[in-house]
Amino acid sequence: MTQPTAQREKRTAPTEAVAVPGPSRWAALPLPVRHLLSAALGLAVVTGLLFVTGDLTALRIAAIGYTMLAIAGLQLLVGGSGQVSLGHGAFMMIGAYAMALLVLHQPMLPISANLAIIVVVSIVAGIAVGAATARLHGPYLAGATLILAVGLPGLAHRFHDLLGGSNGLNIRTAGVPPFLQGVVSTSEWRALVVWTTVAIGLAVLATISAGRLGRRMRAIRDDETAAAMAGVPVGKTKVVAFVIASTAGGLAGGLQAYVLGTVTPGSFTLVLSLTLLAALVLGGIGSLWGALWASIAIVYLQIWATDLARAMDLSRDAENNLPIVFFGVVLILVLRFWPLGVHGAVQSLRARLRARNS
Amino acid sequence: MTHFINLTLNGLASGAAYAALALSLVIIYQATRLVNFAQPALALVAVYAAYTITGLTGSYWIGFAAALVVGLAAGALVERVIIRPIAKTSQLNAIIVTLGLLLVIQGGVGMIWGNEQHGFRYAFGYVGRFSPADTFALAAVGVVALLLFLVYRFTPLGLRMRAAAFHPEAARLSGVKVGLMLTAGWGIASLIGALAGMLAGPPFISPNVFDVVFVFGITAAVVGGLDNPFGAVIGGLLIGLGMSYVSGYLGPELATLSALVIVVLVLSVRPDGILSRPTGRKV
Repeated sequence: MTQPTAQREKRTAPTEAVAVPGPSRWAALPLPVRHLLSAALGLAVVTGLLFVTGDLTALRIAAIGYTMLAIAGLQLLVGGSGQVSLGHGAFMMIGAYAMALLVLHQPMLPISANLAIIVVVSIVAGIAVGAATARLHGPYLAGATLILAVGLPGLAHRFHDLLGGSNGLNIRTAGVPPFLQGVVSTSEWRALVVWTTVAIGLAVLATISAGRLGRRMRAIRDDETAAAMAGVPVGKTKVVAFVIASTAGGLAGGLQAYVLGTVTPGSFTLVLSLTLLAALVLGGIGSLWGALWASIAIVYLQIWATDLARAMDLSRDAENNLPIVFFGVVLILVLRFWPLGVHGAVQSLRARLRARNS
Repeated sequence: MTHFINLTLNGLASGAAYAALALSLVIIYQATRLVNFAQPALALVAVYAAYTITGLTGSYWIGFAAALVVGLAAGALVERVIIRPIAKTSQLNAIIVTLGLLLVIQGGVGMIWGNEQHGFRYAFGYVGRFSPADTFALAAVGVVALLLFLVYRFTPLGLRMRAAAFHPEAARLSGVKVGLMLTAGWGIASLIGALAGMLAGPPFISPNVFDVVFVFGITAAVVGGLDNPFGAVIGGLLIGLGMSYVSGYLGPELATLSALVIVVLVLSVRPDGILSRPTGRKV
């Protein structure tokens, strides 16, 4: 986190040199290294984008980053192991409040330490919920996690003194470190911190998904009984998938608190959890690219809806509800006509182009 | 002690609404093997229709009837137009579609009627211990449960609906219109859901008013067993009592989380609810 991004950019330069000559040498690299290099490349692209665009876009890019991390975690859970969690927003809330409390009560800790602590907190929360719900399947799990999503914000009201009630907590985090002052603005720095964390998180998720654990999850998704008979530890794998997803969610929530500087129970409603799931299905449930399209959709739809409502002179109620209605409609239509989402459509388009060229 | 008795009576009255909502979930689960997460949204539409019509006509009971009709129509329409094409593909997709519907309807209601709260009156007076409104809630749900039992057990329609749910292929071969039976099941379920909404809505309605009610409804359905209408009614009353005690002694904010604890505890011991029998699974 404290590493300046310039250094990371330097690391990406040889990557391309390795990657370009032939796919064989790229394929020969171990999987984690490949994913880390791709992550570094992605980070370089984001850094470039940040320097081209302005301050406002930097905040949006940061928002896309943490949303993408949350959705990628959900993708591993829903797309990978086939468990439907409607409580993903609850884990974002845990991460966000953890960040706010850390900043308020331990102001001297650096952001990297805060994020590390949030990872631990989210893992503990994920184990608690995941172990409790490990025996639930299908609609039962969805129902239980729905209850979590609706119920958890109540804690902020119950423990008003610690968590600030419905007004939530406001925090001030450290801005740009001294040696970069003047080079990047505060929001650009925040976006960089977010994307560095997100890039590492995504590399970890991609590695898990491609490895043995990912294979086991997919086996369980396709047929639980058959997987168990083939020797896959079903219960353990499900809990691990749940814990990984909730860690990604918690980390995303912590980053959100870091960027926005405010945490309120009103921003972690059931609608947030449902929107994350809807966006995941829209983006494409089987791939991390889907998570990218999904997070862009979430961030920019909100903005477009506001613009559209202003342009059409709609009321405030219409403006606030437009993105929700849109996501609902998209969810239904995509599942009906386009079950693999945007990523699936892009892939089939690419396949068609390739077929025409050859 | 008086406090305890008050909490018990309140719990029974609010439990009636949870029982009705649980009943509507169970009917749909029995017919289509699907938990209808859009049920609170359908109830929401019905209740807002009642709000508008009561406002126009000035009569609560015309609004009440309108809510039931709107519930019936909305349920049947949703099954026919949205659920049927997707339910065939996979269970995950069907669940996600009902969630999409929940988003659309909640957002749509917010766009039409606004996100702020509207006052919504009770059917009868609500003042005092075990008020007329509470009596009405319990009686209405009791009558509905009894009617439902009679329809399912003793009428040709009920027999066909059970046949369609139990073995669609065989039912179709015997001349039962399975699709029509599914639509009918969804319609009846949403009518009962609308009743639950009319009981649980007052004193204020807003687009999110049924989130918490739905949590308790689904808790009741899961505790009773998603396959068992009697379990749903008993579960609803038990959850009503339990939540009333939790709110009264520990604080209302903890009620939803204690519902989660109840679900997890019950399902750890009986993975398909308290009134279920174990079933075999095929690979």
